[in-house]
Amino acid sequence: MLRTQPTKASMTFINYASREINCKIVYYGPGLCGKTTNLQHIYDSTAAQSKGKLISLATETDRTLFFDFMPLELGTVRGFKTRFHLYTVPGQVFYEASRKLILKGVDGVVFVADSQEERMDANIESLYNLEENLRSYGYELMKLPYVLQLNKRDLPNVVPPADLTAELQRKGEPVVEAIASNGVGVFDTLKAVAKQVLTELRKS
Amino acid sequence: MANSPILIREQRYHQIKALLARLRLDASARLVVLVDKDGQQIAVHGELGELDTTSLASLAAGNVAATGGMAKLIGEREFPTLSHEGERESIHISVIGRVLLLVVFDDRSSLGLVKLRSKQVSQELAQAFAEVERDSQASAADGSLPFGEITDEEIDSLFSQP
Repeated sequence: MLRTQPTKASMTFINYASREINCKIVYYGPGLCGKTTNLQHIYDSTAAQSKGKLISLATETDRTLFFDFMPLELGTVRGFKTRFHLYTVPGQVFYEASRKLILKGVDGVVFVADSQEERMDANIESLYNLEENLRSYGYELMKLPYVLQLNKRDLPNVVPPADLTAELQRKGEPVVEAIASNGVGVFDTLKAVAKQVLTELRKS
Repeated sequence: MANSPILIREQRYHQIKALLARLRLDASARLVVLVDKDGQQIAVHGELGELDTTSLASLAAGNVAATGGMAKLIGEREFPTLSHEGERESIHISVIGRVLLLVVFDDRSSLGLVKLRSKQVSQELAQAFAEVERDSQASAADGSLPFGEITDEEIDSLFSQP
């Protein structure tokens, strides 16, 4: 079997023939924090010509089994169409092997935290797991475009944003309060990470 | 950390497309797609119809990643080829370094023929993609990337429309 060079870290694709830039964004976080709900809202509120299909590889009970995926076209920069490939990972702890696979080649990460008090430990565990999985591919969270979303702000038993931020913010990344189930904060989150990914292209 | 984007220049793209076109003909295939291991479609040739090749590319990469994970669990490095045979349409995937060659075929062809032709073209595809990687590294090194000069206003303008 033939081998080319080993896999490199970054994955932004710039195609001069089709005049396209393709970037990969992954939504990460503990089980039931609302990653799929974020994608579903983006899908439902985007014009048909700007999006592809929303693919969900889910269990019978609608839990993400492998990933959700949707391509989204944002607009044109310098004559190039900017296309973002949005992925979610399965949040449940025992899907660790699949979760790690989705991170490969990521250009930007959104961490969706569940604001409910009883999910604090799950948030911390998932964030730690994210950093560990990134490291296994040679990435550093500190160097990657990254946004922290505090989701489910409408529920009664939520931790105050300042406390969540103190516990979960890693590097001064943008923090967005959200209620993904009705769309609040969903596009602000996407914009915050997409801007960082495009700014990163300028640096590279 | 190597962090340069992958750049595909027009000439290289057409070279890759030509290889795919030849494979499609030689293998009597319906469609041939070259996909990056991380799920980005690089080039496609054949009867597209209504087929959503973006989703196909993403799922093919997920498929190879999942079976690659299984390979490691049983002590293999990876499974270099995968095939899925359906009632009418079938898919054959070869792993060529960091890219995947995906062939969709029906009863005008056979798995044996597709395997043989895929293998024959893989060396040239590997070379073409190695050139793409060299181009990308060279462009990153000499600062000739198209977005080196991109302004904050240009980035903001992408988000000005809902």
